[in-house]
Amino acid sequence: MLLALLAETAHHLADDAPPPFPPFEAWHMPGQLFWLAILFGALYFSLSRFILPKMSDTIEKRSDRIASDLDQAAKLNEQATEAQQALELRIAQAKGKARETAAKAAAKVDAEMTAETARVDAEIEKKLDAAEERISALRASAMQNVEQIAVDAADAMTARFGLKASAADLKKAVSTALN
Amino acid sequence: MNFALQNTAIDPIHQFQVTKWLDLRLGSIDISFTNASGFMLLGVVLCIAFFGYAASKKALVPGRTQSIAEIGYGFVADMVRSTAGEEGLRFFPFVFTLFFFVFFANMIGMVPYAFTTTSHLVVTGALALLVIGIVIGFGIWKNGLSFFKLFAPSGAPFLIYLILVPIEIISFLARPVTLALRLFANMLAGHIMLKLFATFAAQLIGAALSGAVFMGVVGILAFGMGVALNALELLVAGLQAYVFAILTCVYLNDALHPSH
Repeated sequence: MLLALLAETAHHLADDAPPPFPPFEAWHMPGQLFWLAILFGALYFSLSRFILPKMSDTIEKRSDRIASDLDQAAKLNEQATEAQQALELRIAQAKGKARETAAKAAAKVDAEMTAETARVDAEIEKKLDAAEERISALRASAMQNVEQIAVDAADAMTARFGLKASAADLKKAVSTALN
Repeated sequence: MNFALQNTAIDPIHQFQVTKWLDLRLGSIDISFTNASGFMLLGVVLCIAFFGYAASKKALVPGRTQSIAEIGYGFVADMVRSTAGEEGLRFFPFVFTLFFFVFFANMIGMVPYAFTTTSHLVVTGALALLVIGIVIGFGIWKNGLSFFKLFAPSGAPFLIYLILVPIEIISFLARPVTLALRLFANMLAGHIMLKLFATFAAQLIGAALSGAVFMGVVGILAFGMGVALNALELLVAGLQAYVFAILTCVYLNDALHPSH
């Protein structure tokens, strides 16, 4: 490689005159222009006629597809939102219904309890009344017994003193003293 | 193995030498098929093959080749749209052709021993004149004489026009010259630099092999510089194709909207 380079150099140095500056040599210019025109023209023709329309078609189709896909996604999203709203509505309705049922049940239980309480209260009242009546009857009979004992005692005491009192007077005096 | 340095200078201009591959004549005009034409043909064939293959795929989800081709398509389309507006898209195939013609020529030129088509002023000059020819032709066809408002931007006082109009005319006339020279000079100078550093490295390392160790150190540095320059030239090859195409868009924009 290096040797080849050096050999090439030696070859160049052999020609004494400095070589003309190639880009400014005139002989190849018409040929360069001719081939530039043909090749640039061919490139322009094939790109603008065949290749670029195909590419723009592909790119356009893709962006169309993306746009339609996005549309569809938005539509589906909307549907999902609607479904969710419907679901939420139904849940709310069900909750309301449940609350209503619970309240009804509570009210029923409440009413039953009130009725039961009232019934029991009335029964207790009745029993109390009966007991009071019995107590007052017992008391009255006891009082009567006490009176009788007091009359008897008073009769005995007056008899000891040698006094004589009628049964009516004794009774009167005892009841005055007792009451 | 004793080579003196002054005997091993390799001509950096040799790579631009045009040699006949096929002797052709059109009347008295020499239209020989040369190495320049051969490498130009190679670039055009590669360009058509690549984009033709990529375009034939038409996949909804593009593969690698199709992706690259479509990125190129989008790149040029965006370039045209952003500099010349939506109406500029009628020139999209032309700008696309121009960009990839220059791009493939520059890139093929980066291959060692390949001929760089765009390192010849006659080629870049013809392309630049084609661009300016289209700008003037289309500008007058579309806008009539109001195309020449390009040289007199509205809203300046009269006396200013006396200075402004000649400046605008000169700057317009300079366009094809600078467009052609920029590409030509970049490719020419870049390739001369590459060749110089490569031969320099080869010579110095050759000298080191025959005993001069210090030459070898410099030679390795020169080799590193050559590698770095290769990277730079690769960038320049792409960049100059881009510059050529975007300036074409800017000039076409003037033809489309001369009053701006």
